[in-house]
Amino acid sequence: MHTFWYRANAVLTFAVTILAVICGMASLSDNFNFPSPHAHVQVLNINWFQKQPNGNDEVSLTLNISADLQSMFTWNTKQVFVFLAAEYESPQNSLNQVSLWDGIIPSKEHAKFSIHTTNKYRFVDQGNNLRGKAFNLTLHWHVMPKTGKMFADKIVMTGYRLPEDYR
Amino acid sequence: MKFIVEILNSIRSLNVRQLLSQAITIGLIMSTALMIWKGLICVSGSESPAVVVLSESMEPGFQRGDMLFLRMTEEPIRTGEIVVYNVDGRSIPIVHRVIKVHEHRDTGEVDVLTKGDNNLADDRSLYAHRQLWLHRHHIVGRAVGFLPYVGWVTLIMSEMPVIKYLVIGALGLFVMAKD
Repeated sequence: MHTFWYRANAVLTFAVTILAVICGMASLSDNFNFPSPHAHVQVLNINWFQKQPNGNDEVSLTLNISADLQSMFTWNTKQVFVFLAAEYESPQNSLNQVSLWDGIIPSKEHAKFSIHTTNKYRFVDQGNNLRGKAFNLTLHWHVMPKTGKMFADKIVMTGYRLPEDYR
Repeated sequence: MKFIVEILNSIRSLNVRQLLSQAITIGLIMSTALMIWKGLICVSGSESPAVVVLSESMEPGFQRGDMLFLRMTEEPIRTGEIVVYNVDGRSIPIVHRVIKVHEHRDTGEVDVLTKGDNNLADDRSLYAHRQLWLHRHHIVGRAVGFLPYVGWVTLIMSEMPVIKYLVIGALGLFVMAKD
């Protein structure tokens, strides 16, 4: 019973078990972090706003996004994926979510930022419902761990409205 | 190679009763593995509860060889979630992030657009010809958990079949030679 192979097997099994327990504990420890993020988004300009030949409305925005997501980071955080989405209702759709900008925050030092950007992804409606449309801008984040469970949450910012006319 | 000779001798000295009990042991190991996998499918609600990342399209979040755990619930699909989807006519499922969602009021069906974090363009070029959106039935599950490097075991085995046969052979010998 006490051959080399039995011992090798026992050591390997033990090592893998310990590693699994440590990974589980690292992931569980994330539950004790209560982040308090801040975000502020301004629509600085409507660059253009028109109806595409296929009948869908499209708008181009210039945005200023500032956020402080430093409290997201724990020792088990690999990166935080952050993105800004426009959310609105339309007659056909009970929910439209259109991602406008996203970014990867690799470390805590980069988690407090303020950027000035046009929308990275096209803001296109399904149909032509965008004139005078009230919409929310929601800053979502997705915490990607070194190991274990992923977390996601958001801040909803209300009170944005598109102009009544194409330009 | 004294060790191998010993194993061969112990195989040779087996009687029928021992052989049967070892067949049962092997059967138990295999059925336990199957039960764990099927149990995971039941708990997660996804037909493939664990997948291995094969490409670099989600770097630096997910690297090749990382393992993802999936769940599939009735909850609606929303932007930002990392989903695994199948495209008609492609055999390999893709792990990418949802960037656009349009949920229809009358049918409740969703139109979903995805993109890899490390890709420059969205996934329309990966979808079937003329397909603009993914629908619910394309989506296999959403990623909820992450374990680094573990998937390399399956990557190596699928890319170098020799190693797979060596490992299976060694395990088989090990079980057979057990007293």
